[in-house]
Amino acid sequence: MVKVSLNAANQAAEAVADRLEISRRDFLAWCAATAGSLGLSPGAEAAIAVAMQQARRPSVIWLHFQECTGCSESLLRAEHPTLERLILDVISLDYHETLMAAAGHQAEAARKAAMAANKGKYVLIVEGAIPTRDKGVYCKVGGHKAIDLVRECAADAAAVIAIGSCASWGGMPSTDPNPTGAASVGEVLGKPVVTIPGCPPNPYNFLSTVVHFLTFGKLPEVDKLGRPLFAYSRLIHENCERRPHFDAGRFAMEFGDDGHRKGYCLYKLGCKGPETYANCPSIGFGDAGEGNWPVGCGHPCIGCTEKGIGFTKPIHALAELKSVTPPLQYARIVEEQGAGASFASAAATAAIAGAAAGGAAMLARNLGLSHQAELAEAEKAKAAKPADPPQGG
Amino acid sequence: MATRREFLKGAVRGTLATTAVLTGASAITPVEARETHARPAEALGLLYDATLCIGCKACMAACKVANDNPPEFNTSEHLWDTPLDTTGHTFNIIKAYRNGTMATKDVAENGFAFMKFSCLHCADPSCVSACPVSAMTKDPVTGVVGYNPDKCIGCRYCVAACPFGIPKYQYDDPFGRIGKCELCRHRHSKGHYSACAEVCPTGATLFGRTADLLAEAKRRLALKPGEVTQYPRGRLKSVAEQQGQADKRWRAEPDQTYEGKVGTYVQRVYGEHEYGGTQVLKLSAVPFERVGMPNLPPHSSAATSETIQHSLYGGLLMPLAVLGALTVIAKRNVKTDDDSPQQGGES
Repeated sequence: MVKVSLNAANQAAEAVADRLEISRRDFLAWCAATAGSLGLSPGAEAAIAVAMQQARRPSVIWLHFQECTGCSESLLRAEHPTLERLILDVISLDYHETLMAAAGHQAEAARKAAMAANKGKYVLIVEGAIPTRDKGVYCKVGGHKAIDLVRECAADAAAVIAIGSCASWGGMPSTDPNPTGAASVGEVLGKPVVTIPGCPPNPYNFLSTVVHFLTFGKLPEVDKLGRPLFAYSRLIHENCERRPHFDAGRFAMEFGDDGHRKGYCLYKLGCKGPETYANCPSIGFGDAGEGNWPVGCGHPCIGCTEKGIGFTKPIHALAELKSVTPPLQYARIVEEQGAGASFASAAATAAIAGAAAGGAAMLARNLGLSHQAELAEAEKAKAAKPADPPQGG
Repeated sequence: MATRREFLKGAVRGTLATTAVLTGASAITPVEARETHARPAEALGLLYDATLCIGCKACMAACKVANDNPPEFNTSEHLWDTPLDTTGHTFNIIKAYRNGTMATKDVAENGFAFMKFSCLHCADPSCVSACPVSAMTKDPVTGVVGYNPDKCIGCRYCVAACPFGIPKYQYDDPFGRIGKCELCRHRHSKGHYSACAEVCPTGATLFGRTADLLAEAKRRLALKPGEVTQYPRGRLKSVAEQQGQADKRWRAEPDQTYEGKVGTYVQRVYGEHEYGGTQVLKLSAVPFERVGMPNLPPHSSAATSETIQHSLYGGLLMPLAVLGALTVIAKRNVKTDDDSPQQGGES
């Protein structure tokens, strides 16, 4: 459980707000939003605030390989006012080819120095796939092959995070025919790493993972593909704002038709929501606002987070539903209806039946008796008036 | 005490005796055995492919809207339309076959599968045959088995006659009627076809001429499992339409054909021969008996029962024979009071 006094959190907030030259309110709002995306319990924002205040600034080495730098761009262009300042404040970004001021040998020296100084403590973030064909000659940075760089940097890292689909599972570079033999970080290192797939992934998913590491000293819980559960445990289809249209059978048939304009379900246009795990419907895509995620603005999801779907399956191709295992609300082939007899109703029925049977038996007996009695009466009458003449008219 | 078995034996013997009398009689007016009817040439129907069905139940929702039916609740919270079977207010239902761990779709053991239950629009429908009035009819052109509540006398013979348990009575309504799928024939004049097929996102329910649907079904059965093929959605275009001739009965729609993987079909088109064929055809990966589709002979029960009935009642033969037999029995059993001593009387 997260137990940090509000007082401490407030003091921490004051300190960080001063340092970042932002309002205390903005800072606490950011802490709460991060705790929210992580799915943490109330009070966690206080712990996050304190962790941020301590400003341990772990060294971060950020490697780029076969990629477009979209993940970095997404992070930098995040709409949230304090995001880029915070990410640069809470971590010491010692090596990032796009963002660092240094160049050439100076940059390489910075990386070596950071690795030596923070041995076993730095966080390695990899963006982009790693070519493996022909001994990995297809991507070199500073004369070193990508495959060697990632192995070298991962050896002494406290944590390895693969950001983006390329680093997570190969992404677009690994699409058929994959001429460079592009592979994911996990495949190259031969061990599972935390993956934040997406093209680009939502910056919050990455940031929340880093903040989780800073606050609790460990990475968040992940699924078998290394994806943090707080962000990737639900299918897009499950939380999609267009889901009611799917359930009612209202589909856009083609781009720009009546159904498309009315915001109907995009499944028939090839939406991969039913087979893609990501939290886009909940927090939007790329932090560009909730209404602006692909499905929100009328484009089917392409399944960018999902291996074998994004960049592999054509956009128009129909998705397979991953969530259909028949739940209880499907009628069975032969459905037994009614609840059967309860003990009380069975007893009551038995009592009524018994009473009826008994009554009938008594009645039948009496019927016989009365007949006999009638006969007896007649005999008596005969005996009493033997000379009675027959009645006639 | 006579057992039920003995009673039934007696009844059969009696029937046989009556029939024996009648066979002699029917020689005068020979009644030919009725053949099983075939589908009309332009019969309309559906093709339900269980391997394509994703169980979204959009067809159930659309059916309710198209036929103006209320939701039916079978859960405690009364939130969702949850019918357990076709009813007077549910003409179409997707049911789930469950076995063991239910791990894989379209597998009989430890798997699950979906099956659509709605009227199959038989070529020779038992409900039409059983209807004592003309409330249940089969359209001579489209072959749609329709229902006319104004002619219905509420006897519910159709409910008992249907081998698929489709026509259902609205028991909850004091002025109830029979509820069953009529292939959305009330929407045909506006260019709309069956709502279930119109909304189906995967083409698992496909509307079209039964002849075309049967050809499409056979095409699918001939494919290798796992192979990629083109699956049409919505309405299956006829051969003439595919060659560019527009069918003006239906409103124009974009082509919704998509690529999909071929399932591991049971090599049988359900409805091709059953009871002389049905206009709604089904494909499945799980044997049909296990997903609630009965094994039926190619000879329809309507033909059998009508042959018997029309033989028995042809020229009022059976009523006359029974009346005669009853008269003889009555005559033999009447005892005159002549042999008993006169106890007096009016005479």
